[in-house]
Amino acid sequence: MAETKVKKMLFILSKASIENVYAAFIMANGARMEGIEAEIFFTFFGLEAINKKKLEHLHVATVGNPAMHMPTMLGGLPGMEALATKMMMKEMEKLDIPPVGEFLEILSDSGVKLWACKLAVDMFHLSEKDLIDDLDGILTIGDFYSRANSDETHMLFV
Amino acid sequence: MEKVINGKTVKVNEEGYLTDLSQWDKKIAVELAKEKGIEMTDKHWEVIDYIQNKYKSEEPLSIRGIKKSGVINIKEFYDLFPGGPLKVSTLIAGIPKPKSCM
Repeated sequence: MAETKVKKMLFILSKASIENVYAAFIMANGARMEGIEAEIFFTFFGLEAINKKKLEHLHVATVGNPAMHMPTMLGGLPGMEALATKMMMKEMEKLDIPPVGEFLEILSDSGVKLWACKLAVDMFHLSEKDLIDDLDGILTIGDFYSRANSDETHMLFV
Repeated sequence: MEKVINGKTVKVNEEGYLTDLSQWDKKIAVELAKEKGIEMTDKHWEVIDYIQNKYKSEEPLSIRGIKKSGVINIKEFYDLFPGGPLKVSTLIAGIPKPKSCM
């Protein structure tokens, strides 16, 4: 493999379904493992992933998700999301992928900067005390753009 | 591929990882570390020892495993091996680069 030219990855996480949260987390962690800087901006429903009360209760989306290969009506039955989530988490554990809370600790310890979106925090009537202790701060989108302060920075919306 | 490190010829892959751990010794590790700009300390050796043992017992290496290792925490791990700690530490330890995404 040739050496990557990417120096920094900025992720915007706007959703709280577990498959989106893990996608962002795994890519951010993977960046750090390659010596690439990484930061995550949690906005809209993505805020649930750093909300102390919500983060261990995220679900996989069973409705409106064609890759679940089940009729949408079945996906909407009570308990279906919880069941699908439980099965997925079991498979993740086998691959040594940690639950959301532990994953956030790993990201923070690995030097991934974790930011909450100010607009979304205001909209959901949240404050810093509702969010994880490892949070690096609450930023406007303008502030977050200014984090793209080096060459070969890439921004990705999840 | 072959590479001469500290006067000794060893087999390496195209990324510079030793392909035969039995050819590894501490002098080679010191040279490989230097190429990565790392000066080996006691703590470095402790980590190298840990990951070699993991490899020998065929347990996969992951950043989560490092967290639970009791040898080093993740912050120190990144400080000791800058530029991708598992990638760099396995290179120095003479074992293959981990294939996992974690």
